[in-house]
Amino acid sequence: MGAISLRGINKRFGATHVIKDVNIEIEQGEFCVFVGPSGCGKSTLLRLIAGLEDITSGELRIGDRVVNHLQPKERAVAMVFQSYAIFPHMTVRENIAFGLTIRRESRAEIDRKVSEAARMLRMEDLLDRRPSQLSGGQRQRVAIGRAVVRDPSVFLFDEPLSNLDAALRMSTRQEIAALHAQLKTTMIYVTHDQVEAMTLADKIVVLKEGRVMQIGAPMDLYHNPANLFVAGFLGAPSMNFLPVTVEAQGARTVTVTGDMLGRTEVPHRGRSFAPGQPATLGIRPQYLRPDDSGALRGTVRVSERLGTETVVDVALAQGTRLMAALAEDVILTPGAPVAFGFDGYKAHVFAETP
Amino acid sequence: MANSLTRQNRAGWLMAGPAFALIVVFLILPFFMAVAFSFTNQRLVSPNPTEFVGTRNYERLFGIATLTLEAERDETGAVVMRDGAPVYPRLRGFTRDQERYPQYFRKREWFSFERAGNRRTYVLASDVVFLKAVRNTVLFVLVVAPVQAGLALGLAMLINRRIAGINVFRAIYFMPVVISMVVVAMLWRFIYDGNDGILNNLLGAMSFGAMPPVDWLGNPWTALPAIMAMSIWQGVGFHMIIWLSGLQTIPASLYEAAEIEGASRWQTFRYVTWPGLRNTAILIMIIITMQAFTLYPQIAVMTQGGPLDSTQSVVFQMVERGYGKQDIAGGSTISVFLFLFVLSISLLQGWLTRQRP
Ligand SMILES: Nc1ncnc2c1ncn2[C@@H]1O[C@H](COP(=O)(O)OP(=O)(O)O)[C@@H](O)[C@H]1O
Ligand SMILES: [Mg+2]
Repeated sequence: MGAISLRGINKRFGATHVIKDVNIEIEQGEFCVFVGPSGCGKSTLLRLIAGLEDITSGELRIGDRVVNHLQPKERAVAMVFQSYAIFPHMTVRENIAFGLTIRRESRAEIDRKVSEAARMLRMEDLLDRRPSQLSGGQRQRVAIGRAVVRDPSVFLFDEPLSNLDAALRMSTRQEIAALHAQLKTTMIYVTHDQVEAMTLADKIVVLKEGRVMQIGAPMDLYHNPANLFVAGFLGAPSMNFLPVTVEAQGARTVTVTGDMLGRTEVPHRGRSFAPGQPATLGIRPQYLRPDDSGALRGTVRVSERLGTETVVDVALAQGTRLMAALAEDVILTPGAPVAFGFDGYKAHVFAETP
Repeated sequence: MANSLTRQNRAGWLMAGPAFALIVVFLILPFFMAVAFSFTNQRLVSPNPTEFVGTRNYERLFGIATLTLEAERDETGAVVMRDGAPVYPRLRGFTRDQERYPQYFRKREWFSFERAGNRRTYVLASDVVFLKAVRNTVLFVLVVAPVQAGLALGLAMLINRRIAGINVFRAIYFMPVVISMVVVAMLWRFIYDGNDGILNNLLGAMSFGAMPPVDWLGNPWTALPAIMAMSIWQGVGFHMIIWLSGLQTIPASLYEAAEIEGASRWQTFRYVTWPGLRNTAILIMIIITMQAFTLYPQIAVMTQGGPLDSTQSVVFQMVERGYGKQDIAGGSTISVFLFLFVLSISLLQGWLTRQRP
């Protein structure tokens, strides 16, 4: 019912090519997150699925139907907009009931479904208020309520949390996760925030400039990023990249050397390299450890103490920046010399150079 | 004590001074003068001094009386009939007899209606032309306001899209607004001309000559509707622009939400567009009503109130009294009436459309 398949999808607005040959398979009941920087085409892709924009070329299936030419209402999708898009002149009850009113369901049926949704979203006492009397988080719940009562085969969320403050974002995120666990409906969720993507998704689609960079489970992408972009996008602080030169390729590893590090052996994860080839070594800030004999030497620029973690911004010898996240509370004064080492088996090597 | 605040105030008053003086001289002063004149016998030019006459001007405008007469009977007691209708005593016997019937003195028949038992009730008025003008003006407002607002909304929704060349349509619909009503009225005299007018030619051609030419402005039944049609055409573009600005305040995401929920076009209008236009609608209704009540240039250019007073309007009567008949007091009285009338209608509209909790 709610499986979705995008094959060779392209979208152009006049001369601008916004979505470029996108292929995604989303399974029934899956929570799929489209993530990427602002302007990469996430919303456009979601709107193509909703039917709010025409597909320029390619095939879009929902369930076993090709829906390219179906109206939004015929696609049985519900959408929660970034701006909530709840009707300002209607009460919460009328807003939630909107889709049912439109389809002229009976009063009793509408009442039953609205109270059920209100109970699920814990907003029974808000039903007779108007949107102007609600906080941002409550409005968001109204928008979700309006989607839920329709019992759609797919939920589409376009950055639903981006207008909420940090605390509310976290709790609403957990509510959405709970909602998915309860309804088990296919959900597609668009965000530019990698934390939301990592915490909510069964499957993440990373997009850049209208192209799919990688698709996979959150930990898959985190531990095995296919390219520099995905490696840098997921995880906070971002992965450190250092320019290196390939010396030799072994059975499971490549040996690289760099100005700032000595000879290091790094797993090649199926990629092949030629000796002498310039490459990029990636190491997550969490895998750096203070080590007086370590190869990475520099001075502290800024250090942020978060209690359980200390994030250090380091200036390496040639001015390259390095971020380290130490799993303990340490006091580092700016200007102090530091040295870090790391386990080569936790590093990545990419043929690309940034 | 010239501290900086009062000095700045003085500079401010100096700058606002010219505009303020003009407003006082041309708006505020005339308003109070009109109120004052309406209680006098002021004339445009007169050798006699102006006198205070109390409410006489108002009594003349609104003097109304009803008179019910029995049909005339012959010696046998049967009703006298002429041309199949009962004969009633002449009204002159009542309206010229100040001694016996002071309440009917100098009044004229406005309209009358048949009653049971061979009786007829006459509504007599001191100023029949004025009352006809009020009736026509109210009729004009009742037709023009909703039709013009509705058409303007329709046009606004048609042009509220992003299509290439849509600005050409916007400009075309807006064009009549830029042309003065006087010019428009002169041009439309050619359209409505009874012999060789464009409208008659068009209707004749479309009906293959079956439709006889109509003297649109010369026929008491068609003159006012013809002026209404032209006025609607001239003003519709202006209100279209106001509607358009209202339409553009409705977020696109509301339409998309309605689309995804499966709303039909009518449902979208009913649940999204119309509620979003509430304040615009109030504004438009008040503007149109006020504009329509000041119906004047069309009348002055096209019909001068004729034929048979079928296009008299309140403002036309006001000007006609004040300058045509040099009766400044009479004209002022009408203007005071119009002010109070439009004011009360605006207040009523404001009350009806007030924000309910
Ligand atoms: N209607 C449109 N017409 C032209 N360009 C558009 C339109 N909608 C989006 N775009 C362009 O498509 C790109 C992707 O937009 P969008 O999908 O909104 O990005 P995201 O949601 O990832 O921030 C942007 O460069 C944007 O300017
Ligand atoms: Mg977006």
